[in-house]
Amino acid sequence: MSAERISVSQFLSLRSGGKGINTSDVLTYLYLTVGTILMFGPVLWLFASSFKTQAGLLKYPPPLLPYQQVQVEVEGYDDPLPLFNVTMEDGSARELAQARRVGIEAQMVDPADPGAERIKVNISQREPVEEVKLAWENYLDPLIEIDYFDFITYLKNSVLVTTVATAITLVINSMAAFALSKYRFKGRDAIFVLFISTLMIPITVILVPVFLVITSIGWKNNLWGVIIPGAATPTGIFLLRQYMLTIPDELLDAARIDGGSEWHIYWRIILPLARPALAVLAIFSVMWRWNDFLWPLIVLSQNDYFTLQVGLNAFQGELQIQWHYVLAMTVVTLLPITLVFAFLQRFITTGIATTGMK
Amino acid sequence: MRLIDILDRITRPLLLLLVMSVDRILTLIQGRVGIDKMGYFFVLPNLLIFGIFVLFPMLLNLYYAMTGGTKLFPADRPFVGLDNFATLFDCDDFLSPNSCQEDLFWRGIFNTIQFVVLQVSAIVLFSLLTALALNRRIIARGFFRSVFFYPVLLSPVVVALIWKWVLQYEGVLNAIVELFGGESMRWLLDTNWAMFWVVFVSVWALMGFYTLILLAGLQSIPPELYEASSIDGANTWQDFRFVTMPLLMPTMFVVLVLSLIRAVQMFDHIFVLTGGGPGTRTQLMVQYIYTTGFSNQIQLFGLSAAASMVLGVSLLILTLLQLRLGNQSSLA
Repeated sequence: MSAERISVSQFLSLRSGGKGINTSDVLTYLYLTVGTILMFGPVLWLFASSFKTQAGLLKYPPPLLPYQQVQVEVEGYDDPLPLFNVTMEDGSARELAQARRVGIEAQMVDPADPGAERIKVNISQREPVEEVKLAWENYLDPLIEIDYFDFITYLKNSVLVTTVATAITLVINSMAAFALSKYRFKGRDAIFVLFISTLMIPITVILVPVFLVITSIGWKNNLWGVIIPGAATPTGIFLLRQYMLTIPDELLDAARIDGGSEWHIYWRIILPLARPALAVLAIFSVMWRWNDFLWPLIVLSQNDYFTLQVGLNAFQGELQIQWHYVLAMTVVTLLPITLVFAFLQRFITTGIATTGMK
Repeated sequence: MRLIDILDRITRPLLLLLVMSVDRILTLIQGRVGIDKMGYFFVLPNLLIFGIFVLFPMLLNLYYAMTGGTKLFPADRPFVGLDNFATLFDCDDFLSPNSCQEDLFWRGIFNTIQFVVLQVSAIVLFSLLTALALNRRIIARGFFRSVFFYPVLLSPVVVALIWKWVLQYEGVLNAIVELFGGESMRWLLDTNWAMFWVVFVSVWALMGFYTLILLAGLQSIPPELYEASSIDGANTWQDFRFVTMPLLMPTMFVVLVLSLIRAVQMFDHIFVLTGGGPGTRTQLMVQYIYTTGFSNQIQLFGLSAAASMVLGVSLLILTLLQLRLGNQSSLA
């Protein structure tokens, strides 16, 4: 067996030998390291870039950290002046602030001695003095105002859509799942099959007629038009029903004997017991709604009703992309999901993984 | 925590009142119809929304596909029978989109097929490799698992913007390429590279999900089987070939089907990343449906609905194929 064959096969092996480090371990870590750089590098790069100024973003090749030119207050000037390293005629170097620039000639002043005569130098003789400084204005400006990009409104709309839609989905899906798992009524199985059969039918297939329904109700450019059509998720019904089937019927019967109404049973017994499944559905729903794009794009055509995703897309689609703002707002958009992931990471990954496990 | 407490204090009495009044009304109804019929009540809200926004539109879509004009309301639309389908399928040569009346539709289909083949095979390959790596006894396993899963949670718009920024002409990728002596490229404007990057970015964004499914599949293989095979003197390759692969097949099949169905519907990432360009090089089927019905000046709802039915039928075929093959593999 050739050396290459051994390493490939060992790499594919399920169990590492446990006796020191062998080739397959090295290959595994190599793969995972390259993978980590590929998976996480671009996100970190976005994050680092979002703190660069508009001028800083134009630098090529791009520096890793956000540098900004140092500005100094000079007596006699209202605004801070940019600081340069100037190579003088005699070869010595001095740190001077630029007071004015005319063509290729710059008029410099010495910050320590602002009264002295200005020194005229060729712009090729000076290099900007830079320091690492975060351009928080990328994050703060959009909060106040940029033309055509009303971040606060988009954020508000997204939060509204996500929370309301998730609440509605949890309530109506759990009610339906309760009915489908705990009652015997005519047409029950047909209804279940009907719900589940649409698992593979995305809204993409019925865009036009759903748009008509929304328009008829008057929900075009209305957040309800985004919230309601996707509320009756087949995934949620399936998930909750499977879970509720494991709740013993005796519990319900006992409550009935105690005189509890059916609604009482649903609210006081089923919902608390189904909490793990509800939590999973809630996480899914938040993700779906926060990230939803195509349907909001169709329903919402006015700026005031945009969600974050639609607004961000419109903003990046302008002729002159204002990358410094786009990057910062992209970071803000991915932040909530990242935080949710950071706190619920174990829960989400094992939640998906354990479904296949015992 | 404080804010939550305050909110709780305000909403709790209101909620309680609501629940109690619902309870009152329902107890009355329950007294009349009996316990089992209450099932209808519980299923009603979901059924109503489902009926209005899923079931009814599915039927209406058929009608739209058979009407013409640019008006939205069905009453204003002239019935044209199968004309929309005739338009979509009006081709001199089905293998060359240029000879078709709706060349964009056919380009969309060909691009979709190419995209699906490339993307699904890449996803299956890389999520399998990653799952196998993560299933070994390694340090920081949780960390690596999170890293590969994290992009799954990001919105398509965010994913596309992250990569648009990396791939732009004066972006970090070109800087790295130049560092190694290569030449800068306009990656997303190059006809050959654009499709590569669209596939790459979507694999980047989605593979973590399938990795988790495969990892769960790997972990459900009983360790006794490996003990038995090592007693039989099997090497690691034989372990993989004769123990892992056969037992992982059902999971692989699930991954294949899910990623296939997902790939056919791809839209968001690509729309933001390339807008279907350069030209129509990365324009897939869903984008054709969207453009024809909603973003063009003249909104051809009928044509859009007809195209969406073609998409729906393709999905149906894939789903049926899955059921068929799924049954076979469980019988075997």
